[in-house]
Amino acid sequence: MSNHHRGVEALERMMLIRAYEETLVDLHGRGRAAGTCTSVGQEAAAVGVVSALGPDDQILTNHRSAGHLLARGADPRRMLAEVTGKADGYCKGMSGSLHIAAKELGVILTSTIVGGELALATGVGLSRSMLGGDGIVTCFFGDGAACEGRFQESLNLAAVWNLPVLYVCENNQWQAFVHRKETTLADGVTAQAAALGVAAATVDGNDVEAVHAAAATAVETVRRTRRPYLLEARTYRLRGHFEPDDQSYVDPAELAHWRDRDPILLQRARLERDGLLSADEVLRMEGAVRRTMDEAVAFAEASPYPGFDQITAAVYA
Amino acid sequence: MTSMTVNDAISAALAEEMRRDPTVLMFGEGTATKRRDLLDEFGPARVRNTPLAEGILAGTAAGAAATGLRPVVDLLFAPFLCYAMDEIVNSAGKLRAISGGQFSFPMVVMAMTGAGWGVGAQHNHNLEAWFVHAPGLKVVMPSNAADFKGLLKAAIRDDNPVLFFTDIALGYAEGEVPDGELVVPLGKAAVRREGADVTLVSYAKTVNHCLDAAGRLAEQGIEAEVVDLRTLKPLDEDTILASVRKTGRLVVVHEASRLCGVGAEIAALVSEKAFRSLRAPVLRLTGPDAPAPASYPLEQAFVPQAGAIAEAAAGLVRGA
Ligand SMILES: Cc1ncc(C[n+]2csc(CCOP(=O)(O)OP(=O)(O)O)c2C)c(N)n1
Ligand SMILES: [Mg+2]
Repeated sequence: MSNHHRGVEALERMMLIRAYEETLVDLHGRGRAAGTCTSVGQEAAAVGVVSALGPDDQILTNHRSAGHLLARGADPRRMLAEVTGKADGYCKGMSGSLHIAAKELGVILTSTIVGGELALATGVGLSRSMLGGDGIVTCFFGDGAACEGRFQESLNLAAVWNLPVLYVCENNQWQAFVHRKETTLADGVTAQAAALGVAAATVDGNDVEAVHAAAATAVETVRRTRRPYLLEARTYRLRGHFEPDDQSYVDPAELAHWRDRDPILLQRARLERDGLLSADEVLRMEGAVRRTMDEAVAFAEASPYPGFDQITAAVYA
Repeated sequence: MTSMTVNDAISAALAEEMRRDPTVLMFGEGTATKRRDLLDEFGPARVRNTPLAEGILAGTAAGAAATGLRPVVDLLFAPFLCYAMDEIVNSAGKLRAISGGQFSFPMVVMAMTGAGWGVGAQHNHNLEAWFVHAPGLKVVMPSNAADFKGLLKAAIRDDNPVLFFTDIALGYAEGEVPDGELVVPLGKAAVRREGADVTLVSYAKTVNHCLDAAGRLAEQGIEAEVVDLRTLKPLDEDTILASVRKTGRLVVVHEASRLCGVGAEIAALVSEKAFRSLRAPVLRLTGPDAPAPASYPLEQAFVPQAGAIAEAAAGLVRGA
């Protein structure tokens, strides 16, 4: 993010993601939405990577997708409608929060089967490589998904078939209710990429500008070489796995450490320090985000439930 | 009797069996985190968190089961079993027979499914019949707290691989559980309500929908008998056939989809062995051939509800 506006834009986008997810938590608390996985604390990874993609690039994501979707420009009104099971949702209420796909935005094949997106990304990469164009595929997955055999299988096939897939591991230290230190001895996933002959890099996932820079390099490399690349963003899941979650199993010191590294606070402090952000501008952004979310809630609540015929409407082509 | 939720009944069964038999152990993604009481009592060797990798979890359970341990593996939600299909079906289900009986697989695979949580088809898929179709496996799907406790204990003691499904809508349902040792044998259905006019056969939460329906039918002067299968394999043919021979009418109800579902098996069984007792066609009320929707009203509509069951049963009785 070389220019100032981009840094401010990134901040505003992260604020929108945060507000969207906090709205969802609130709706759930009032019994108006099913439980959901939030990406609070991980906004920089989503915004930093997605802002480095071109319009023809595609994104595969997982259960923790709100950041990726909103960073890509998804309409929070339609996202909230989806999560509350309404007809105007991106998937007509069939998905709920866990597998929101929006083909019009290039966010495709979202799967809440952990590792599901990794298994599909190679096929999407194959289409990209055989059907022409210079588009690439970005596949977001978690550190937990990297424990599934699909991770290695996917990387390996992408490597030997020269598939233009950018793998982005959002290493948020948690795999539902299990800390990643309990499930793997390796400190991160990039060593596995090296073993398979895939280029890889690690970045501070809470620094949106650093993520953007690393992602820009990765995207450029995949686009030029038509080969896979693994980018690991080190970040932290600040809320629980799935709302509601009291996080009683989380080490308070670790949580406090990462709260101090909240990506929104970090970016705001940087912009203020560099004289790129005034208090007025912050107020303006907060107001804009709040209005957007108020409208989204009103839209979702006004949207009707789908008809029962929707259950079977899209099962077969 | 003690009143407890289904979740508590499951916990009690696990604790009792682990206390009774030191070879019983449990693992899964978050098992040690979520089952803190078991971890505290039995320690980290017998209560383990695992990496996210269902295939290796099921395979590890099978390998351990064949060589002296009695693992209970929690694979969380039924759709995740797809990642473990090979280990459950090809290994645990077959290696006993194809080794000429050299190995057994005393293991339990637990998974949740069913409408009630609004999380969509990759968490909610009643795929229990797939495992009924696979040789070498037993399949259990209880409807109430006492059975959850007694059947889980029996499953852990069984020398075969047992798939133990929990209907997620039942987790917080309270029920009376007999005090003391409670082992409910696998393969025995329960008649939950007696009646002479029509038999309603079901399992898991739709048993409750059938009981509701039976109440409504009684108001119309129709006496429905409700059979709770409890175990889908081995199937308690005798209880089903005895009931149908008495009533002459059968409605099978389940949330899983119709094609090649448990209802199809029961309909075939009854037409083979109780054909002359039938006074009306066998009906099936099931979920549709569609992935479960997340949207709450659609998710509810997906599941056969009491009103529809009562209507179908009344139609059979009046039509006869
Ligand atoms: C195959 C499969 N196993 C288990 C789950 C349940 N589950 C959902 S998210 C999750 C943790 C995933 O961890 P990670 O890949 O690190 O992603 P994160 O949730 O941290 O973003 C688990 C265990 C699932 N959805 N799919
Ligand atoms: Mg994670």
